[in-house]
Amino acid sequence: MIRILFALTAAIVFTLPARAIDIQEVTSPGGIKAWLVEERSIPFTALEIRFKGGASLDRPEKRGAIHLMAGLIEEGAGDLDATEFAAAREALASSYGFDVYDDAFSISAQFLTENREDALALLRSAINEPRFDQAAIERVRAQVVSIIRSEEKEPSDIARRTLMSMTFGDHPYGSPLEGTVESVEALSRDDIVNAHQDIFARDRVFVGAVGDISAEELGSLIDDLLGTLPETGAPMPADADFALQGGKTVVPFNTPQSVALFAHEGIERDDPDFFPAYVMNQIFGAGGFGSRLTKEVRVKRGLTYGVSTYLIPKDHAELVMGQVASSNDRVAEAIEVIKAEWKKLAIEGVTEEELADAKKYLTGAYPLRFDGNGTIASILVGMQMDDLPIDYADTRNDKVNAVTLDDIKRVAARVLRPDDLHFVVVGQPEGIETTN
Amino acid sequence: MLRLTLCALACLLVAPATAAENVTTFKLDNGMEAVVIEDHRAPVVVHMLWYRAGAADEKPGVSGIAHFLEHLLFKATDNMEAGEFSATVEANGGSDNAFTSWDYTGYFQRVAADRLGLMMQMEADRMRNIKLTEEDIITERNVILEERNQRTDSDPGALFAEQRRSAQYLNHPYGIPIIGWRHEMEQLTREDALEFYETFYAPNAAVLVVAGDVDPAEVEELAKIHYGPLKPTVDLPVRERPQEPPQLAERRITYEDPRVSQPYVIRTYLAPERDAGDQETAAALTLLADILGGSSATSVFGRELELDNRKAVYTSAFYSGMNYDDTNFGVLIVPTPDLTLEQAEAEMDAVITQFIEDGVDSAQLERVKTQIRASAIYENDNVSGLARRYGAALTSGLTVEDVQAWPDILQSVTEEDIIAAAKMVFDRDKAVTGWYQKPAAEVTQ
Repeated sequence: MIRILFALTAAIVFTLPARAIDIQEVTSPGGIKAWLVEERSIPFTALEIRFKGGASLDRPEKRGAIHLMAGLIEEGAGDLDATEFAAAREALASSYGFDVYDDAFSISAQFLTENREDALALLRSAINEPRFDQAAIERVRAQVVSIIRSEEKEPSDIARRTLMSMTFGDHPYGSPLEGTVESVEALSRDDIVNAHQDIFARDRVFVGAVGDISAEELGSLIDDLLGTLPETGAPMPADADFALQGGKTVVPFNTPQSVALFAHEGIERDDPDFFPAYVMNQIFGAGGFGSRLTKEVRVKRGLTYGVSTYLIPKDHAELVMGQVASSNDRVAEAIEVIKAEWKKLAIEGVTEEELADAKKYLTGAYPLRFDGNGTIASILVGMQMDDLPIDYADTRNDKVNAVTLDDIKRVAARVLRPDDLHFVVVGQPEGIETTN
Repeated sequence: MLRLTLCALACLLVAPATAAENVTTFKLDNGMEAVVIEDHRAPVVVHMLWYRAGAADEKPGVSGIAHFLEHLLFKATDNMEAGEFSATVEANGGSDNAFTSWDYTGYFQRVAADRLGLMMQMEADRMRNIKLTEEDIITERNVILEERNQRTDSDPGALFAEQRRSAQYLNHPYGIPIIGWRHEMEQLTREDALEFYETFYAPNAAVLVVAGDVDPAEVEELAKIHYGPLKPTVDLPVRERPQEPPQLAERRITYEDPRVSQPYVIRTYLAPERDAGDQETAAALTLLADILGGSSATSVFGRELELDNRKAVYTSAFYSGMNYDDTNFGVLIVPTPDLTLEQAEAEMDAVITQFIEDGVDSAQLERVKTQIRASAIYENDNVSGLARRYGAALTSGLTVEDVQAWPDILQSVTEEDIIAAAKMVFDRDKAVTGWYQKPAAEVTQ
């Protein structure tokens, strides 16, 4: 069906080193907004659709329902059972990915220009009319249970589960979004149907598209795909209390190398100091071979193959988190080095040279992110979900360059709290005891 | 160019700007080969240097030296401090890393296209000028031991794979892990590293791949400036690894580990790889893997074992022909909890036998071929992936022409070819069957 495009508003051009990417804001005839980059050189389109909420919308006692629902979307829809659906998709050579995160549910689709209508009709039926046949539920449930059982024996998963549970308790952030064996085995078909209704709604959807498609075509495509979804879904969860306190927790596990995950409370994405914090983390633990922690723990002392830190601003809580893995007899030393560096940075900040290097890296690397239709579509949606302006890419490097040594010193003193760090160590670490 | 072929749902795939049109090659006087792939959508370049030397080119007793050396190339050279290479890439907004396989070692950077010359200058420098201290050796050896801890010793599945692979190859060094056996890694020396380095890190053992927003003539000019002056290794060894004798007896392995959560059966068969000018058998094996165990919903394993009868939570058939010497064809079944591994293996074998009897479902073959044709379109969106493909091919004994002929060869595979390939490859005398399970006391079923 052809519809007239209702409104096509701002078209913004931002400049990459030698090029420009032209992001258009498209409003579909039905009123759904999307960001589009027309890129005609390859005859396909990447479409990224995200629904805010994600696995944190699981109902009480139904942990894992949304994750299981995601696994069932392609397992039969409309008139097609699971096999027929897969056969139809394969014949069109399109791909649809359905992924769940704590705060978002994403659909990543790629389809050829030449059979776009058919590919979209199939995706439309998956989103709007999934069958959730009992046979498919049982099959996918068994796969999910198998994955959960594997993660129960995986040191880094054990560490994550332990740390998140201590930090967030009964809030959805406090448990893995896959659920437990018990919670997944107890899910009924009604629970899956509820999960579908809770997630898919027009008031929380964000769309990005990159490829061989016009604004007008995209507008009508969005309405076809999403126009008949309900206006609203489940209410967003409450903010999570942050219960983690400084200390160490050892989870005994028979393995030659201990995995340590460490965290304390972090900084919000829309905090005015987020950029200084981001640059600080780049210098401290996010960078490649040049980061302070990699230099101190890996390059100078050979204590690990990898150590890193990251800022995690979720929708309802924030963390500063890091991870290291060292053999059982050396992990205590690795942790001591990390704590010492944490303290040093909190007190002293960074050097002028470190800041200059980090700025050069971050500003130079930013345009290189815009690589490939699928990647760019994903960036477009991320920007919308973070409530960034459509010309954000134009000003982002200026924000990085504006960060001063004093900014970092201030934010390091505020955000990094060495005494609040809690280390969860999974393995048989020598010389480390559980505190408290 | 792609051939136009009618397919099931009347999709007539339009030939994209194919790889062949965007790919050019040149060779320097010192023997260095180069491939340039143009993609002008973004002002980015991927610069990769591949060496025709990997773990399977190591001498006996120094397993892991190819990979260890890869780490050491980030230390000092005559002209750069330790760590300066990566610091310079980062200061230019780029990212860099390296990888080691049995057949190759590769180094790559992804940067703004106008920094290509700088990348070449630094990469050429460390091809011939590294400067290693004893301290570098001790510290970095600890890092690779931690890497082995993390990737292998902490992962029962990886330990199992290592044991199976070792049983698969009776004589070829493909049976030795890339990371190395721990007892040999602990003894690796500076001299071991330098011997490998001086032999193989030379322009006549290297393949340059540059992909992105570049002009091939300019790339050649830059390559002449930076790589041109490097001296080749005069007596570069001919690449002949110890070959497999006839494999006459099936091998069976049971690996038990308390960390196992999900038991499974996996079997690999010794299989021919893609050879220059001779890729037909490999193409048939590639499609066999897709047909037999590619898609959980529509493959033979998926339909027979996962969907209808619910014998398995997961199945797969896999094959990669990109190898210098003999490769593997593999099949895998992860059974549902009510099946023993013995039953699961029998179920899987019964499906294979029935498949050879029944032949290929022509609609399924058509769908697989449609997806292969479409992948030629999607692949143009990922120039780094294309660069990797050419690099791997050229260090695995293939040519640019072989890479470009491959899609057509895949399209020409018939149902009969696939069944013939199945009959050829499913020879239990050349197979290793592995059971992966918890120690007996913990098995609850």
